[in-house]
Amino acid sequence: MADIRMRVNGSIEKLDVEPRVSLLDALREHLGLTGTKKGCDQGACGACTVLADGERIVSCLALAVQYADRDITTIEGVTSPLQRSFVRHDGFQCGYCTSGQICSAVGMLTEHAAGAPSAVTGDLATMEIELTAEEIRERMSGNLCRCGAYNGIVAAIEEGIR
Amino acid sequence: MKDFAYVSAPDVATAVRAITEPGAKFLGGGTNLVDLMRQNVERPDTVVDITRLPLDRVEELPDGRIRIGAMMRNSALAAHRLIRTRYPMLAQALLAGASGQLRNMATVGGNVLQRTRCPYFVDLAARCNKREPGSGCDAIGGFNRNAAIFGASESCVATHPSDMCVALAALDATIELESVRGVRRLPLVGFHALPGDAPQHETAIAADELITAIELPDLPVAARSRYRKVRDRASYAFALVSVAAALEVRDGVVTEARLALGGVASRPWRAHAAERALMGAPATEESFRRAADAELAGAVAQSQNAFKIELARRAVTATLRQLHLPGGAA
Repeated sequence: MADIRMRVNGSIEKLDVEPRVSLLDALREHLGLTGTKKGCDQGACGACTVLADGERIVSCLALAVQYADRDITTIEGVTSPLQRSFVRHDGFQCGYCTSGQICSAVGMLTEHAAGAPSAVTGDLATMEIELTAEEIRERMSGNLCRCGAYNGIVAAIEEGIR
Repeated sequence: MKDFAYVSAPDVATAVRAITEPGAKFLGGGTNLVDLMRQNVERPDTVVDITRLPLDRVEELPDGRIRIGAMMRNSALAAHRLIRTRYPMLAQALLAGASGQLRNMATVGGNVLQRTRCPYFVDLAARCNKREPGSGCDAIGGFNRNAAIFGASESCVATHPSDMCVALAALDATIELESVRGVRRLPLVGFHALPGDAPQHETAIAADELITAIELPDLPVAARSRYRKVRDRASYAFALVSVAAALEVRDGVVTEARLALGGVASRPWRAHAAERALMGAPATEESFRRAADAELAGAVAQSQNAFKIELARRAVTATLRQLHLPGGAA
């Protein structure tokens, strides 16, 4: 067992976990933060997306011990206009992927604001990349939605950045 | 997942000492290893976390070469100004891989060492010579739609899944390795092995070695380069075929060409035959097609993946056309 500390949604949490416990399971099973969802548990769906020091990651492929002393934000700690936009634009149906979608979108907007390009960015030299629907779809492609609410998700994010 | 001991290495000296323990394995971003551990394909006794090593910078060396720390995240490397402007094919290859979340986690060193996505490799009920030497290969004659078309053997038809490495192969990158025995440098081209009769030997790295850096040569032609990836969906999927290409044309004649293919072999496939065919040839559609034909002449299909040969031919031609006629028809 390893004794670690982690800042989760602003408060310091002490965790006593085996090294094989994922960050996802530590959040859900040890800290009771069940807003973060377990989808595929193999990094293929994005449902478990959280922010580590503001960067989006999939918590299922993260060992909790590896994130000791880091600053983790889960959907329970997110306050973003995107949340209302998702409701307004039907950015979900069943809701299972939604916490991951929103955490991912928050991280994605930070990356974009820092000038990070994507696979569909035409001019890699520019730091001012227009966040078109095509850019949003590419940058959000790590979050799958089995209900197919993609149009609503893109509309919600487009509204969120206005 | 089997239990294991966890060690976080603060510096390279500690890391390379820790890895000499039997059953020890380095852990980078975890995007491949943690997944394989959960499926019991990897069962390390000790995991040596190297993500805190101070190897996360891009440096421009005095002679113009670029040195990339092996713990640099894929997303950070793709976003780096020097990579975007001097080696666009590398930035594009990185951005074509995985998802935003995974690129934020995955390290450059780990990307080089990632394992095949052949479905039989992770299926413990299947035969796989890579996972269990001598057991056989269920991909041959089985589900092999995305198997290799170059360099496969009767033991293994798996591909290396990296996008980044395809660009690194075209760029003639160098890998720096460190162990308690010292430091050595190897060219990336040839670092990944062909399967032969021992597909479990995937790279030239020794069990006690750590990738500390990747170095890129100062290569003006790379500023006019691109990476094109063809896959089953528009994003977040492994390549069926990909192409990294750089082209220099003077007075309508090709004076320099660099070409590598991804998704087609157990290594990023440097297309030497296509490069030879291009050198000195007029920069025309006809020459591009001939160069693709020259490379694909050596391709061999499995039962389900003959389509990849034609797909690779078209992807090579289209990428060269795009490079030669920017803004032209893709």
